[in-house]
Amino acid sequence: MAEDPHIKQAEQAAAAAEPDAEARFADLFDIRRIIAGLFLVYGVVLVILGFSASDAEIERAAGVNINLWGGLGLIVFALIMLGWALLRPVGRQIAASPRNDDEE
Amino acid sequence: MAGDTLRLDVNAIDYGFLIAYFIVVLGIGFAAKRFIKTSLDYFLSGRSLPAWITGLAFISANLGALEVLGQSANGAQYGMATTHFFWIGAIPAMVFLGIVMMPFYYGSKVRSVPEYLRLRFNRPTHFLNAMTFALATVLISGVNLYALALVLKLLLGWPILLGVVVAAAIVLIYITLGGLSSAIYNEVLQFFVIVSALLIITVIGMIDVGGWSGLQESIRESELGEPGLHAWEGTGTGNVSNPIGASWIQIVFGLGFVLSFGYWTTNFAEVQRALSAQNLSAGRRTPLIGALPKIFIPFITILPGLIALATIRGLGGDNPDLQYNNAIPLLMNQYLPNGMLGLALTGLIAAFMAGVAANVSAFNTVITYDLWEPYVRPGQSDAYYLRFGRLATIGGILVSISTALIASGFNNISNYVQLLFSFFNAPLFATFIIGMFWKRMTPWAGFWGLIAGTLGAAATYFGYKWEIFSFGSDLAQSLTGAIVAFVADAVVTVGVSLVTKPKPVHELQGLVYGMANTEADAEPGDEAWYRSPTVLAVTALGLTSVLSLAFF
Repeated sequence: MAEDPHIKQAEQAAAAAEPDAEARFADLFDIRRIIAGLFLVYGVVLVILGFSASDAEIERAAGVNINLWGGLGLIVFALIMLGWALLRPVGRQIAASPRNDDEE
Repeated sequence: MAGDTLRLDVNAIDYGFLIAYFIVVLGIGFAAKRFIKTSLDYFLSGRSLPAWITGLAFISANLGALEVLGQSANGAQYGMATTHFFWIGAIPAMVFLGIVMMPFYYGSKVRSVPEYLRLRFNRPTHFLNAMTFALATVLISGVNLYALALVLKLLLGWPILLGVVVAAAIVLIYITLGGLSSAIYNEVLQFFVIVSALLIITVIGMIDVGGWSGLQESIRESELGEPGLHAWEGTGTGNVSNPIGASWIQIVFGLGFVLSFGYWTTNFAEVQRALSAQNLSAGRRTPLIGALPKIFIPFITILPGLIALATIRGLGGDNPDLQYNNAIPLLMNQYLPNGMLGLALTGLIAAFMAGVAANVSAFNTVITYDLWEPYVRPGQSDAYYLRFGRLATIGGILVSISTALIASGFNNISNYVQLLFSFFNAPLFATFIIGMFWKRMTPWAGFWGLIAGTLGAAATYFGYKWEIFSFGSDLAQSLTGAIVAFVADAVVTVGVSLVTKPKPVHELQGLVYGMANTEADAEPGDEAWYRSPTVLAVTALGLTSVLSLAFF
């Protein structure tokens, strides 16, 4: 362990803030849900645009209705992220961590 | 008029995509602020993040828009040889950082790369490196701001100053509020947005050119020809016919060793992501997890470059709108309908902002922990340094706006960035590698080695500028400059070490090879085979070898 006054001070401040760490991490906003939310909105808008795509637009994108298929792709990705976030929530993992048990 | 043929036909829906992204980005900043109690929370996310987040942020901090636009431009210009920047110029260094170097960085509990130098060497070495790093970071973040403003002007017709100020304001708000957590969470989000946008452009393009075989045919007929389809053919010494114009020796040692290891292992804007991981194992896995997507990024940057070469008449010609750097925007214009266009535009802008944010969040940490705390106002409360860090963020962004104006004076942005790297990163790597493996290296050797390395790079650069020596290309100049810097640093380091007094060995605990701090701090589940750094490293190197052979 490094014996350095500057580092030690910062570590001590972090340790002093520790008691509410569990609660803090448990409800730490989960980036997976944020990604899922944004991609779901993007996906739905794209699919709606895809249903009203003009022939000219499809022609331009090498014959692919890219808003429709791309939008569906984004929705699938969003659901995978959401599923992962629900199956392995952040809060429970942190609560089970041995480091937090040691602090008690 | 330059610019008009590239102007995107954006509508309200496309702007809606962009605005939705900005709202989420700012929301992350406000949410992250709630969790910041100490300076460590602000500068290193309280060392609490899981490896998949820090790993994606690690790669995302590098996947800025300069990288995306630059590598697709290289793809169009040099073909598959551009994969050298990924497979030889990044993966081995990332694996080395994770396997060999992270135990010293993370195990010694340092809060920044310069701080390692303070513990391993002395305060003058530390001060020198902290100053040059802070300077280089604001210069590079200015480059990103300026490049973003250029793209906004080209694609949307925004005035340069408006683009700089809007982008700076958004980054300012979310980094000042949420610190590194904010930067990292946004990098993860940015990663998925830019990758999905590039993937969609690549898929449509590949369908358009008739798949891989169709693309090969078009490239053989283009001016790039058959060599554009191979990475290593024509790199024999004395017989260089590869489009990139370099022999395998320059590629392996100049790019693969000095430049790449210098960038990936000592650049704090990268290493900071690994230091914010929740334990040593997660810290080591950070660059390794980042390496896995990095292996495949050529397929969504170089391939679009080749597709642009095949489908856009006059690319790389005299028309400034058709320069190689515009390959991706040109493809967006060519293929994407409104909606998808908004997504791609958002990805591009997000990538630029991530480049600014990564540099600013490294800058505020070094200013606070490496300059203000040790040299100006030592012994203040932690809350004081947290407040100071927020002020340093604001200062850093204001300075970046003015360095954006400096960048606008260079007509080739990527040469400017290469120049900065060869000055600062190449010598630093020599100092690190010798200092970590040779206990006898003395504190003053650290200082004079860095000075000598930077002078070596400067001598090469000015010798080239003033036409004392000549090089085949600017790239060849920066590769040689990096090698000169490395050798000058190494020679002076060894020389000075032999005549000055080394640190007592007990002061080197945790800092040098054979004395790493590896106390167990494992999380449950860390023993799983897929979380083993060795397994990840072997997988990354194996995949890289297979792909290198496939595109030999």
